[in-house]
Amino acid sequence: MSAHSFSNTSVMLGRSVRHVTRSMDTIITVTIMPIAFMLLFVYVFGGAIQAGTDNYVNYLMPGILLIAIASGIAYTSYRLFNDLQSGIFERFHSMPIARSSVLWGHVLTSLVANAISVVIIILVGLLMGFRSSAGVLAWLAVAGILVLFTLALTWVAVISGLSASSPDGASAFSYPLIFLPFVSSAFVPTDTMPGPVRAFAENQPVTSIVNTIRALLEEQPVGSDIWIALAWCVGILIVAYAFAMVAYRRKIA
Amino acid sequence: MEEQNLAIRVHGLHKSYQKLQVLKGVDFDVASGSIFALLGSNGAGKTTIVRILATLLKPDDGTASVNGFDVLSQPARVRESISLTGQFAAVDEILTGRENLVMIAKLRQVEHPRRVADDLLERFGLADAAGRRVATYSGGMRRRLDIAMSLIGDPPVIFLDEPTTGLDPEGRIEVWQVIQNLADSGTTVLLTTQYLEEAEKLADRIAILHEGTIIVSGTLAELRELLPSAKVEYVERQPTLEEVFLAIVGSDKTPENDKERQ
Repeated sequence: MSAHSFSNTSVMLGRSVRHVTRSMDTIITVTIMPIAFMLLFVYVFGGAIQAGTDNYVNYLMPGILLIAIASGIAYTSYRLFNDLQSGIFERFHSMPIARSSVLWGHVLTSLVANAISVVIIILVGLLMGFRSSAGVLAWLAVAGILVLFTLALTWVAVISGLSASSPDGASAFSYPLIFLPFVSSAFVPTDTMPGPVRAFAENQPVTSIVNTIRALLEEQPVGSDIWIALAWCVGILIVAYAFAMVAYRRKIA
Repeated sequence: MEEQNLAIRVHGLHKSYQKLQVLKGVDFDVASGSIFALLGSNGAGKTTIVRILATLLKPDDGTASVNGFDVLSQPARVRESISLTGQFAAVDEILTGRENLVMIAKLRQVEHPRRVADDLLERFGLADAAGRRVATYSGGMRRRLDIAMSLIGDPPVIFLDEPTTGLDPEGRIEVWQVIQNLADSGTTVLLTTQYLEEAEKLADRIAILHEGTIIVSGTLAELRELLPSAKVEYVERQPTLEEVFLAIVGSDKTPENDKERQ
């Protein structure tokens, strides 16, 4: 990245981070649903769920964080869609700047906004009894996986923001993503599920990511899950980025 | 017109969206430092021409150059030479007026972005509203901010795509004064409008775009010669509603004053 495009990108990042901090309701709406799920599963269903763990908050924390990120990226689509509608996207593209900075500003803002949501949810989790003895390195690894997961889904959000025809359409794509953790190892172990459901749950991206984060936080060996998780995240990232570029070129000459 | 004094050259421009042919061979030249008005009804293709000149859209056929740079082969140099003010004021509503200007100044990498922003806020009568979010601005204030943003970095060519659409009479007169001042300081202005009065008031040359081609082009006097010479008639002149409106609301920017300044 040249000094020019780095400078442009930081201006774009500053701009859309202001959009986030000036509409804190976007952070609240993103965090409230995962927190509600956490309360529901810990205090209502939790007593009846046999997860083979003495701290159920610890068990479901990784899945809750993924739900938060999956709903948080919808705002990236929404903000990008608004930029296209308002005409400011074209203004930027008619200026002597690195054109890539327009999208990267939104992508980096997504990382900042989701990091805020994740921290808020972990703080609420601590109040509910979430505990981890994991060291700095394990936490860094968790942060790295969450960043990669956010980045991958954000590029999916960019495709939707660039190609949607209404603000609702721009954010609707995230609903299925929010429900993916429910058919995974996020809330209950997969071995109680009937055959086909179990096969799906064990081979979809969320399970390997949840298992990896859970193992890191519990100081257990991560096994092959971490490689499967990384492969999913990098794979989604590359495919989504490629499609986002196709959608982008269709928007701009 | 001599070649080197042309800020914009457009030759044989064609553009279609799927089967809809929008531009069917558009030709025109704009002299440096002049105001050129592209006149046409809604959907005539005015915005399409501006988007091609601003490197946002590629033509199917034909050539266009801005400030001596070809829009297809040297788009980066074209972008250094222009500013675009869109039909729908492309300002950031969540940021304040000052933040909008500082953002553009930083993107264009001009020196002292904050000082540039403050100067422009002063010049465009937005100093009092500088710290307010643009969402609270009136239509006229928004459009002035939009044009102020376009002036950052002193681009030699400015495209104003329907700059007064949706403005009230006072806002429109404010914008007209800004455009006139721009041309007086040597900037080339390409203006698109559907208001005949606007073109008549501001433009050095006028081109009428109709069904994808320029059907006539010239100075106002030349266009007038296309019709039979004026007959002298006695007409009792009533004040126009606009004059009444402006007199009652007590604005000093009446059309009469504005004409005297030109």
